Amino acid sequence: MKGRTIANLFFENSTRTRTSFELAEKRLGATIATLSMQASSIAKGESLIDTVKVINAMKIDCIVVRHSSSGIPNLLRKHLPQSTQIINAGDGAHEHPTQALLDAATLQEKLGSLKGKKIVIIGDIRHSRVARSNMILLGKLGANVTLIAPSTLVPNYVEEVFGVKVRSQIGNELKDADAIIALRIQLERQSRSFFPSLSDFRSRYGLTPLQLVETSAYILHPGPANRNIELDDEVADSEKSLILQQVKRGVAIRMAVLEWIFEA
Amino acid sequence: MDILLQNCRIVDPVTDRDEDGMDIEILSGVITAIGKKLKSKAQQKDLNGAIIAPGFFDMHVHLREPGQEYKETIETGTRAAASGGFTGLCCMPNTDPPISDPFVVSYIRQKAAGNIVDVEICGTMTKGRKGEELSPMQTLADAGVKMISDDGSAVASAEVMRRVFEYGKMFDFLCTEHCEEPTMTKGTCMHEGKISTKLGMPGYPSVAEDIIVSRDILLAEYISGVRYHVAHLSTLNAVRLVREAKARGVKVSCEVTPHHFTLTDEAVEIHLANAKMNPPLREKEDIEAIIAGLQDGTIDCISTDHAPHATHEKETDMMSAAFGIIGCETAVGLGLTKLVHSGKLSLKKYIEVSSTNPRKLIKLPGIKIAEGKKANLTIIDLNKEWTFAKEDIYSKSHNTPFIGAKLKGQAIGIINNALAWWRP
Repeated sequence: MKGRTIANLFFENSTRTRTSFELAEKRLGATIATLSMQASSIAKGESLIDTVKVINAMKIDCIVVRHSSSGIPNLLRKHLPQSTQIINAGDGAHEHPTQALLDAATLQEKLGSLKGKKIVIIGDIRHSRVARSNMILLGKLGANVTLIAPSTLVPNYVEEVFGVKVRSQIGNELKDADAIIALRIQLERQSRSFFPSLSDFRSRYGLTPLQLVETSAYILHPGPANRNIELDDEVADSEKSLILQQVKRGVAIRMAVLEWIFEA
Repeated sequence: MDILLQNCRIVDPVTDRDEDGMDIEILSGVITAIGKKLKSKAQQKDLNGAIIAPGFFDMHVHLREPGQEYKETIETGTRAAASGGFTGLCCMPNTDPPISDPFVVSYIRQKAAGNIVDVEICGTMTKGRKGEELSPMQTLADAGVKMISDDGSAVASAEVMRRVFEYGKMFDFLCTEHCEEPTMTKGTCMHEGKISTKLGMPGYPSVAEDIIVSRDILLAEYISGVRYHVAHLSTLNAVRLVREAKARGVKVSCEVTPHHFTLTDEAVEIHLANAKMNPPLREKEDIEAIIAGLQDGTIDCISTDHAPHATHEKETDMMSAAFGIIGCETAVGLGLTKLVHSGKLSLKKYIEVSSTNPRKLIKLPGIKIAEGKKANLTIIDLNKEWTFAKEDIYSKSHNTPFIGAKLKGQAIGIINNALAWWRP
C-alpha cells in the first residue's frame, strides 16, 4: 500500500468507522486524507459530484465514503474513473458492508461456520444499513436470520427481499439463538412516531439480563449503543458481549478489504 | 404555408376515418383538398404511408418560464413538444412566480405568440400554490385560463379543496390535483415496495396517492358539478377509484404519463435519480391496471409531465435530486411501442387519448381533418424503429431514463398555425 493515496470522505458524522479506516490505512502504509464534509464546499453550494471529482483529481487511488443518503457509492461509481476504487463506509439506510464483514468474522471466530446458526437481529431494522448488509452476508454464509422489531420499524417485504424471518416480539426467539445483534435506535432519525417512547421500546425490545437467562447467545452491537435502551449495562458488559471484539476486528477487516481491492 | 402531403394514411377518430393512399392539400394553413392523387401547385411532400392524425395535445408540461429559465424556456419547451409530435400543450403553474395572477398569464402568452405549438396555461388553485387562500379565479378565467392546479403539491387541506371546487365550478375550470398526501410522503424519494426496502430508501407509498384521489372524488361528488381531474395517476387503486366514481356519474377524469405505463420502481437501480419522479414509478401490477384503465376508458388521456431539471439537480443522490423527467420527446415512441404495437390499444384509441380527449377536457375546439378546416396535424411514422439518443432531445434539459431505449413509431412532423416542423 506504500505510495497509494486514500481519501476518506465522511459526509456524515462517524467516530469509530472513520478511525477504524484511518488506522487500517495507516498500518498498511498508505498516504491518507480525511475530510469531514458537512462544513466544507458542499455547504457553499458545490455539488456532491463536483466535490468528489475535485478531490479525485488530486490523484487518489481509493475513496472511502460515508454519507447519510442511500446509494452514494453507486452514484460515485458512475462519475469516477474505474481506476479509482470506492469503498462504502455506510450509505444512508442502505448498506455498511465492512461492518457486516467484521460482524461475520467476529461470529465465525466464536461459532465456527455460520451454516445453520440462528442469528437474531433486533431493533430498528428500517433505518439500519447494518441490518441490510448483515442480512445479505449472513444469508450468504448459510445462517438463519430472524428479525425482531416493532412493525413500524420493519420495511415492507423484508422477508421476501432478504430471505429472513420476522417477529414482532422477543417471545421464545432468543432461547435457541447463537448470537443476537442489537441495533442502534437512530434517535436522530426518529422524526416521525415509530414507537410511543424509549421506555416502551426498551420494555419490548431491550436486551435485559432477565431476557438472556435462558440463552447462551453472544451479543453484538454495531455501536454506538444507547445503553439501557437497546441493551442494559449488564448485557453490554457481560462475558457474552462481543462488542469490543467487533471493534478490534473492524481494523483488521478494513485492512483486508484494502489489500484485497488493490491486489484484485 | 402551402404544401401537398402525398401518400398518407389519415386516421381521424372524430370522423371515424382510417384511409391510406391519401393526399392532403394545405394552403395558408387551411386544408383545401383531400383525395387520392391530388394535383397542386403547392410544394409536394411524399410521406410514404405515414399517419396523419389530429394534432396531439399534452396537457401537463412544465415550461419553467418565468423564473427557472436555466431548466427550460417557453422557446425550448415548445420545441421539445413540437419534436415529440404535439401541436398544443398546457403549461403548469409551478413557475417562479407561480401562475397565480393574470400578469404571468399574459407574460407567457406574449412569449408563446406565433409559435407552431399552441400554449394553453394552467393557473394555480390557491394563491402562490400555498394551499391556503383561493387564487384570483375570476381574473385567471378572464385571462383565458381553463384549468387550475397546484401541481407539484396537493391541496393538503380538505376544507381548502372544498372551496376550490365550489368556487372553481363557477368558471367551469378543470380542477387538476396532484394527488399526494404530504404527511405520508415527507422525505421520501421512491415508491415504497421491495426495491425501496432493498435499497434502504424512504418510500412513498401508493396509499398516499390513493387517499387524496379518494378524498377528492368524495368532495367532487359532494360539491356536485365540479370537473375534477387526477394528474399523472400511477396506482392500481387510483385507477379503480376513478373507474368506480365514473360509474357513479361523478365528473372525474384522469391522465397517465408514458413513464408510468413503461417503467417500474426497478428502474431506480439502473437510472438512479433519472428514475425519480413524483408520483414515483410503481410496480408491474400498477402498470397492468393503468393499461386496463386506458383500454376501458377510465383513463382519459396521456400527458407527459415533462419536467426539465438541470444536470446538477439530477446527478446527485436520490434524496437531494429533483423530481421528474423530460417527456415530450419520448411520449409518442413509448405510447406506440408499449400500447399500440404491443396490441394493448388500437391506433384510433391511442389518438383519442393523445389528441381528442385532452382537448375536450380543457374545452378547446375539436380538430377535424376535413376540407375547409385549419390544418392542425401530427404526422407519425408508425413502424419507424429508432433508438432514443441525446441528439433527439430538444429540451434545454437532459433528465431522462430513456436514452438508449429502442422504440417503434415516431412523430416525424407537425403542422399547425400555418407552420410546419419536420424531423431532420
